[in-house]
Amino acid sequence: MRTNSRNFYLIPYVLWIALFVVTPLLLVLYYSFFDIEGHFTLENYRKFFTPVYLKMTLSSFWYAFLITLFSLLIAYPTAYLLTKTKHKQLWLLLIILPSWINLLLKAYAFLGIFGTYGAANSFLEALGIGGRQILFTDFSFIFVSVYIFLPFMILPIFNSLDELNPTLLDASNDLGGSSWVTFKRVIFPLTLDGVKAGCQIVFIPALSLFMLTRLIAGNRVITLGTAIEQHFLVTQDWGMGSTIAVFLIIAMVFIMVLTGRRKRGIL
Amino acid sequence: MTDNTIIRFNSVTKKYDNDPPVLKNVSFEIERGKFYTLLGPSGCGKTTILRLIAGFTEPSEGDIYFNGRVINNVPANKRQVNTVFQDYALFPHLNVFENIAFGLKIKKMKKADIERKVKEALRFVNLEGYENREIKEMSGGQRQRVAIARAIVNEPEVILLDEPLSALDLKLRTEMQYELRELQRNLGITFIFVTHDQEEALAMSDEIFVLNNGKIEQSGTPTDIYDEPINRFVADFIGESNIVPGTMIKDYQVQFAGKLFECVDGGFEPNEDVEIVIRPEDLAITAPADGKLNVKVDSQLFRGVHYEISCYDSDGNEWLVHSTKKATVGDQIGLYFDPEAIHVMRHGETEEEFDKRLEAYEEGSYEN
Ligand SMILES: Nc1ncnc2c1ncn2[C@@H]1O[C@H](COP(=O)(O)OP(=O)(O)O)[C@@H](O)[C@H]1O
Ligand SMILES: [Mg+2]
Repeated sequence: MRTNSRNFYLIPYVLWIALFVVTPLLLVLYYSFFDIEGHFTLENYRKFFTPVYLKMTLSSFWYAFLITLFSLLIAYPTAYLLTKTKHKQLWLLLIILPSWINLLLKAYAFLGIFGTYGAANSFLEALGIGGRQILFTDFSFIFVSVYIFLPFMILPIFNSLDELNPTLLDASNDLGGSSWVTFKRVIFPLTLDGVKAGCQIVFIPALSLFMLTRLIAGNRVITLGTAIEQHFLVTQDWGMGSTIAVFLIIAMVFIMVLTGRRKRGIL
Repeated sequence: MTDNTIIRFNSVTKKYDNDPPVLKNVSFEIERGKFYTLLGPSGCGKTTILRLIAGFTEPSEGDIYFNGRVINNVPANKRQVNTVFQDYALFPHLNVFENIAFGLKIKKMKKADIERKVKEALRFVNLEGYENREIKEMSGGQRQRVAIARAIVNEPEVILLDEPLSALDLKLRTEMQYELRELQRNLGITFIFVTHDQEEALAMSDEIFVLNNGKIEQSGTPTDIYDEPINRFVADFIGESNIVPGTMIKDYQVQFAGKLFECVDGGFEPNEDVEIVIRPEDLAITAPADGKLNVKVDSQLFRGVHYEISCYDSDGNEWLVHSTKKATVGDQIGLYFDPEAIHVMRHGETEEEFDKRLEAYEEGSYEN
């Protein structure tokens, strides 16, 4: 009786998952076996292993890696300082606030800032360094991506730092540990779950970024995300687009498993 | 100061921001190889003293000496002191072995030496064979032993223990009291032990500091403090006591509850107002005619070892009696006590004045 009523409440959830998660996944898998004329084929999979697509995959991973790395390098110290401030929840809110603004709006804002006559170039001129091409470079692409993903990296790291028992730091200090040793042997290992969660949240979407590659990187950076978009919207080769998506999904699952939580004595 | 002094506080004051000071002008000396206890109610500054010694915080005023050197600004990781924290503060991501080896690894000790020392420390705390356990798999008492092992393995000169037994159940606590005392004797290291439990303090210490409100009220051996509390706070805090107002007629003669009694205290002004302390276990129940005091039994509690009997005299003073004999509520009984059982306290006397007076009248009594 009780299990029945519980099952009843599950229906909307199951329907939702079936309709918007499972069906699309199956459709993607289904389409990946058809060529542009609608004939069944394995050609798409063979094509994926040609240098063009492998290079694209490599480039996707490389940029996602860089974006994750720089986000982490900035987010960790920021989160650490945040836990030391008096009104930490307020500061945290201020840092998270920009993530509520639409991604495209932010991208367009950066077009203005990084443009030839934008604020960044005026600033460089004023410093006497002189204006230069900022937009459509690797730098601008990574800079803007890091800016956009930063809050998602800070949040889990902040939470894990905030949960850290401060007496543990005293204990490490007491046993002869310098600040660096304490960081290396106590703080970092105990906040590793937060770091992993942050990397996961940043790396996976960064793999399939596509609007930014066009707007900020001027299509100089071609990632798997861009390729999927091109195949679906421009060349209409849904089969190839789906095949790339299949590999992207496999990669994501792989990363999720890799950064999955390690269960060890965290009290 | 003797050569044996290892830690000395010289008028140490500790303030946080603009709050009233947490420690006020605290001075004391700690000698090598003894078991010290800081005893006081919650919030009186016990942990603050330990944190000052460990180096987690600095004094606002005054100096802390370690082996004769001022160490106010020496960082915690450079001090020959290890702490057993109140919540143990074991590293949850490391197992028992790694926790205990933490300090040794920092010292870059050889692997074989580390293994030998950790084993030895585990044997000391009766946890042989637990090397590979995770911390979360250990019980409270076991965690506490790991915390102690983690401290002693570094062979510090002083070990600080912040209420290490307060989280344990009564039986385990009593057991650990014996073990800790034994451990201290075997190691010969100075222990500074913090507790708010007076029985624990009396049972374990060579020397007790009774703290109240950021000040040391009294220091001395457990018997000193129990038998000769300097003021009402100490008398009340260390065990149950009967405290009644009295008048010191002259040396060795005191008046309270409307009667004159012979006592062993002296060095007061004639007819000085004082407070009298008599411990409940020093009162014996007699027939009304044989007692020095006549009281009426008001209530009675069975405490296991003894009955705790509350009585009132005709002046309305309450007298608590610990007796193995049962009384009857409502009965009129007599209370007998020896002159030595009466302890006289002067109002507002400091520890120094108390010691001076004690010396003076003891010298006097030898001359007689
Ligand atoms: N970091 C701090 N900031 C402000 N006040 C503190 C701090 N640490 C302790 N105190 C205050 O100091 C007093 C003594 O604390 P503590 O030494 O922990 O007492 P105990 O260990 O005897 O219970 C308390 O009133 C406490 O509120
Ligand atoms: Mg405390």
